[in-house]
Amino acid sequence: MKLMFFHLMPYTKLPDDFAEKYRSVWVDVDPNLFDPVEAGGMYNDFIGELEAAAELGFDAVCVNEHHSNGYGLMPSPNLIAATLARNTRDSAICLLGNSLALYNPPMRVAEEMAMLDCMSGGRIIAGFPVGTPMDTCYAYGQNPSTLRQRYYEAHDLITRAWTAEKPFSFRGRFNDQRYVNPWPRPIQKPHPPIWVPGGGSIETWEWCARMDYVFCYLSYFGYQFARTAVTEFWGYMDRIKKDRNPYRSGFLQFVGVAETTEEAWDLYREPAEYFYNRCLRVSPRFVDPPGYTSEMTRRAKAASSVATAAKVASTGVATDFESIVKNGFVIIGNPDEVASQLREAVTDLNVGHLMLMLQFGNMKHELVLENLRLFAERVAPQLADLYDDEWEDHWWPQGATTRAKRSSGDPR
Amino acid sequence: MSGVIERFVEVNRRRCRIWEKGEGETIGFLPGLGGTPRWTPFLDRLAGRRRVIVASPPGFPGSEGHDLLDERLDWVVAMLDLLEAAGLEGKDLVGVSVGASLAVEAAAVGRGLVRRLVLVSPFGFFDEREPTEDVFGQRPRDQAKLLMDGGAELFEQAFACPPGADETEWDIERVRAMEAAARWLWPLGDTRIGKRLHRVAQPTLLVWGTEDRIIPASHAKRFEHAIAGPVTLRSIAGAGHLADLDQPTALADLVLEFLDAGRGD
Repeated sequence: MKLMFFHLMPYTKLPDDFAEKYRSVWVDVDPNLFDPVEAGGMYNDFIGELEAAAELGFDAVCVNEHHSNGYGLMPSPNLIAATLARNTRDSAICLLGNSLALYNPPMRVAEEMAMLDCMSGGRIIAGFPVGTPMDTCYAYGQNPSTLRQRYYEAHDLITRAWTAEKPFSFRGRFNDQRYVNPWPRPIQKPHPPIWVPGGGSIETWEWCARMDYVFCYLSYFGYQFARTAVTEFWGYMDRIKKDRNPYRSGFLQFVGVAETTEEAWDLYREPAEYFYNRCLRVSPRFVDPPGYTSEMTRRAKAASSVATAAKVASTGVATDFESIVKNGFVIIGNPDEVASQLREAVTDLNVGHLMLMLQFGNMKHELVLENLRLFAERVAPQLADLYDDEWEDHWWPQGATTRAKRSSGDPR
Repeated sequence: MSGVIERFVEVNRRRCRIWEKGEGETIGFLPGLGGTPRWTPFLDRLAGRRRVIVASPPGFPGSEGHDLLDERLDWVVAMLDLLEAAGLEGKDLVGVSVGASLAVEAAAVGRGLVRRLVLVSPFGFFDEREPTEDVFGQRPRDQAKLLMDGGAELFEQAFACPPGADETEWDIERVRAMEAAARWLWPLGDTRIGKRLHRVAQPTLLVWGTEDRIIPASHAKRFEHAIAGPVTLRSIAGAGHLADLDQPTALADLVLEFLDAGRGD
């Protein structure tokens, strides 16, 4: 299976009384809390952590896009990916992603991802999220009622731009371009693998399934919570007669590894409580703008992960470390315990791409590096063999070298 | 809903619901946020003196097709089509809230389409010093409290699921009405109506609830100054943004008084 290091780049200096004094970490988060000089240090630490993960042999390093967000300092994941393209050699660079409907014209995404693919030697994964309501409808003012229609159209434009053999014109509902002809063009043919992160929107996973894209279930609430959505995804795959190749899916899990169980409880308490108390203080006001959730999803009463975040924030469920661990939001322990729990989780979910949040909350840089090292050296070897004798990963960048190949000396 | 006749017209090949009641000179009505899921005391009072035609815009209760409308021009043309199909060409027109913002666009673009115009708390302007409240970015209960002076309970009564109706589908219909309004108004900024108000030449009654917590009363002045025709500005005590639900009698009487004065127009 693939083991991927996922970084949110959270602001690590939210005040201790954030949950009591401030309404939201997102959209209308207090700008006075942001110290640009401190943030500069954070960015450099975070980039260093991504580079260290690549050096330690993680199959991929993952960046993502958030706006006006105190727990995600990457409004432009492409900027970070550009530094990673230069400073890493083998790992895939997973962009999860660019929220397509936010780019006008969406050609910007086609161009920048093609640049990154060229710079990295064909190592990028093109993540195409619809985007959360906070990012898209509020921070970027997109209309919730047209967001998904714009998203699908942007997807059509970008994939056609990447694969067309001559300049063409594009006449969409929302995009009208006389000349479409991106320079540069991606190394990977026909184009970089497309992955789609999602929460509880049924049409997202149905669309992924039909398009043969990777569906990534990204929530902050661990594998127990993911089971419902992921089970439904595989049920849909069965109904449309697609195989159960685990590499069709991805899943995000917070993990803290230490030499001993006791140490893990000591080391990861503060960053976990920081994340679940401060970073997830999302105002319920911004969670469900009218039209963002489709009528189909409403009918199915599937709650999105962000709706859950807001619910958790408003009800105060599981914000102490004991509950966080008990509910599986964060998996902690010694390397064997972590490996065992993760193996159970990914096997249960049938997920081939495991995205590991090994930095979370206000975790100190040194602890992140230690968490990465312990995971790479002591946990990863216990998981790496999963699925590889049964299934092929058709959704992996052509230019990336997997951990298994690197260890066997097989060149890219 | 005794005596209300329901029919449907087509806009963009999708059906839109028309309700009709009463006799006399015709008044058209375009509803506010959430639409008109049931016949209201306000409409009944108007129907006591006039023939009232309620046109439910695309996506509002009983109507389809909001998902076809991508730009403001699409909405305005759809409204012209709807008013014409409903038989409201050349008639008096009353709009509340989002309905008022659609009504004033129709009046501006479709010159001659509307006889006398009544606008109750229309959206359209944005003032950084006195901003329109983000009515969509609210928890449901807070939204209800903001929309009506009568409070969340009165709001829930007005929009409650009718006996025998499917509650899930009713909820979806309510959200769809909000989505349609959002599709038209998002992100509640300036619709640039100010560029078109010089074409609104008919006598216009502008009404604001004294307790409107969505659009500050100062916005009324901006409409008053920019509309080319004669404007009568009135406020309704004890009314929030949805004044027709908060103060049905007072608003209906004000509307009838204004429209009756125009019989000789």
